[in-house]
Amino acid sequence: MKIWKFGDDIDTDAIIPGRFLTIYDPKELASHAFEGTRDEFSKDASAGDVIVGGRNFGCGSSREHAPIALKGAGIEMVIAKSFARIFYRNCINTGFLPVVCPEADKISEEDIITPHLDEGYLDVSGKKYITEPVPEFLSKIVEAGGLVEYARSMDEVETCIK
Amino acid sequence: MTKTITEKIFSRKCGCDVSAGDMMVVPVDAAMVHDITGPLAVEMFYRMKGEKVFDPEKIIMLFDHQVPADSITAAENHIMMRKFAKEQGIHNYDIKEGICHQVALETGKIMPGDIVVGVDSHTCTYGAVGAFSTGIGSTDMGFVLRFGSLYFRIPESIRVEAEGRFASRVGPKDLIMKTIGDVGADGATYRAAEFMGGAFEDMEIPGRMTCCNMAIEMGGKAGIVPPDEKTKAWLSQWGDVNAGDFDLKPDEGAAYAGKVEYDVGDLVPQVAVPHNVDNVVDVDEVEGTRLDQVFIGSCTNGRYEDFVEAAEVLGDRKFSDDVRVIAIPASKTEYLKCLRGGIIEKFVEAGALFEAPCCGPCMGGAFGLIGVEEVSLSTSNRNFRGRQGSTKGEVYLCSPATAAASAITGVITDPREV
Repeated sequence: MKIWKFGDDIDTDAIIPGRFLTIYDPKELASHAFEGTRDEFSKDASAGDVIVGGRNFGCGSSREHAPIALKGAGIEMVIAKSFARIFYRNCINTGFLPVVCPEADKISEEDIITPHLDEGYLDVSGKKYITEPVPEFLSKIVEAGGLVEYARSMDEVETCIK
Repeated sequence: MTKTITEKIFSRKCGCDVSAGDMMVVPVDAAMVHDITGPLAVEMFYRMKGEKVFDPEKIIMLFDHQVPADSITAAENHIMMRKFAKEQGIHNYDIKEGICHQVALETGKIMPGDIVVGVDSHTCTYGAVGAFSTGIGSTDMGFVLRFGSLYFRIPESIRVEAEGRFASRVGPKDLIMKTIGDVGADGATYRAAEFMGGAFEDMEIPGRMTCCNMAIEMGGKAGIVPPDEKTKAWLSQWGDVNAGDFDLKPDEGAAYAGKVEYDVGDLVPQVAVPHNVDNVVDVDEVEGTRLDQVFIGSCTNGRYEDFVEAAEVLGDRKFSDDVRVIAIPASKTEYLKCLRGGIIEKFVEAGALFEAPCCGPCMGGAFGLIGVEEVSLSTSNRNFRGRQGSTKGEVYLCSPATAAASAITGVITDPREV
């Protein structure tokens, strides 16, 4: 497992540039992930790798190609201090768990991360970093494996119920 | 209980007392899909066992990012979307009408108090007419196409209050960039920005669109200006205003998560410096920066009023031979206004390329890309590294007045000094 560390405000244009948005295949998208900003990512990322970001990870465009490209590259988990709203939803919807960890900036690429998300923390080279729980409503979508799987079991939706 | 505009919109829609933090599934009044994120939304609709869309009348479909098709894959995506529209009985505006957000408002299907979603982050633009509108991903849109509703976390709101009158050649774009610089790129994450005060009351709908459009650049889920007589007059060009809730305003004492205040009379032209939209400075800090390309257009600043603002700065002069000037109106309507108002002739004679309505260079996907070490000055909404082409290029953001002044001189220039 390799850790790919990024800074604050990583935008979805960086994750997958606009000129590749006609592509929908995860593997092909992955081959252009971070093109021009971190070229080694598409060459060296492999199954089980983890991305660690700072504040506002995934800001900008609503392109779902971004989490799809990361999944296509084999990324198992994205951990960040905070996420941009649409990217966070897109991760949940595509069955890709975004992990909010206020101490994510303390993680280095040399660390070893063992997630204990049910207990609400990451073991980072022996240190315990608290993770924020997924809102209860969204955990149903996460448990189903994404919004598609969640929706497939429904014939209609009850609205306006708190 | 006192409520923000956002809480009122959701409460009225749901017929119950809704407050910030509540999580619920809510029906939408309109849904916008375009050529980039639409194809995946259609695929998700089918994967969710969708057969017929919830209501073809409430779906606004068009192509704007890669038009006319700039590659075979873009052409194939367009074919797929056309087929879907035909099978589902959805009116498809295709490549003819312009940029999704401008066109969506021109359909007359979006009224104050509506809840609207779109598969584009700048869907927050529709708050300019008092709607709650927000950008979503393709899987979310697949769900909307099937069920006509979506899960929402009702956001807290921040209040952006602006009073006073803009100085000459300073305007709404400078105000919203200043706000983003102050609030920060994630300062309004999971919040709605509610724009109020005399400066917004005086502002025409195009300026309100500019401000609401960029709410996402501070992380905002939505941007909203309370609807008024200006909103009613503007919308009455397009649709039945009796369907709108024009009384929307926040309750006295409603709880806001934050507040920023401006006297717009003190404001000077603003520029967002590479590579973040919240990296905002007064124009004098970057004056003299060499430019290769100037883009006037986009859903942020592609309206007739924006071109008039630029044309007024231009006067009888020519654009610099050292810059490529690309001008693109936001919709067919705006294009025709530019045509009839003499703007196109003026721009073309001054040395600009005046293109048909579309997103153009804004997203770096179609044409007008910049190369290595090139510098673009743009009236659009994002200056991320690589946004308009090479990741070794740079994008600065500004108002139409600053763009025009800079296109004349070939370097970033204060529009008050030309």
